[in-house]
Amino acid sequence: MKFASPFENHVLFMLGPVPVSQAVATTWGIMAVLGIACWAATRRLALQPSRVQVALEYVVEMIATQIRETMAAEPRPYLPLIGTIFLFLLAANWSSLVPGIEPPTATLETDAALALIVLGATLWFGIHARGLKAYLESFAQPSILLVPLNIVELFTRSFSLMVRLFGNVMSGVFMIGVVLSLAGLFVPIPLMALEMLTGAVQAYIFGALAMVFIGSAISEARTHTPPSQEPFS
Amino acid sequence: MNWIHLASIIGATLAIAIGAIAPAIGQGRAVAAAMDAIARQPDAAGTISRTLFVGLAMIETMAIYCLVIALLLLFANPFA
Repeated sequence: MKFASPFENHVLFMLGPVPVSQAVATTWGIMAVLGIACWAATRRLALQPSRVQVALEYVVEMIATQIRETMAAEPRPYLPLIGTIFLFLLAANWSSLVPGIEPPTATLETDAALALIVLGATLWFGIHARGLKAYLESFAQPSILLVPLNIVELFTRSFSLMVRLFGNVMSGVFMIGVVLSLAGLFVPIPLMALEMLTGAVQAYIFGALAMVFIGSAISEARTHTPPSQEPFS
Repeated sequence: MNWIHLASIIGATLAIAIGAIAPAIGQGRAVAAAMDAIARQPDAAGTISRTLFVGLAMIETMAIYCLVIALLLLFANPFA
């Protein structure tokens, strides 16, 4: 029995000279659904909130609380990025429940793009919060000898962010495919439930790690003491 | 089926089999320690479980690396 390689992309159609793969098309679909849903839900905001508005406010407040607790900073500048990453990943990981759709996070390229966004945001917020010179000096903490190690760490943790998301989502899709090819109709349903749990946890983990990375880039700005130790790398 | 295919299959199974052992031990120890901490300090359960989830994801990455290596051997083998 042959299985399709998880590293190959299925090209759906050509947009001029640019091939558009299935993952990209699914990403566009999720972006459209999320964007239209948010636009429709926030069109009439009232002081006496409707049910939809209460639910939305609860979600936003929950993410803001997580940011405040994890980063120990005011959540407002980081809420759009972290919230979008979390909600997009949740929608993307759960999109496999729709028949015929593979989650875009099960391809390496989507995860690489998301990890690059987090890397860029880490650099941007770090420079923004501390100034370029102070941020570059933070690489020499606690000793000048650690500069290469800190720079390498910046990229390896982005790489591990990418591979973690890819491996988790792709392995779930792959496993369901294998079980489906072995045994019929209802057997993969528990696996799909497990996959929903994994998808939610991975979306949370990705968002939490983005918070931790950005938080570690900005946190030393306030204390001005040498960082004791970074809990996660 | 030449010997490269054979070696790739054996290598992939060994990678995932051995590579699952250490993360399993590590995750077990982490969860046990978190349970202990929550039992001692139920007030800090929220913080502990959040840190536990992030830490478990970190540990799990090792197993995921092994899975990716195994899949690379099976599907994107540079030598086969």
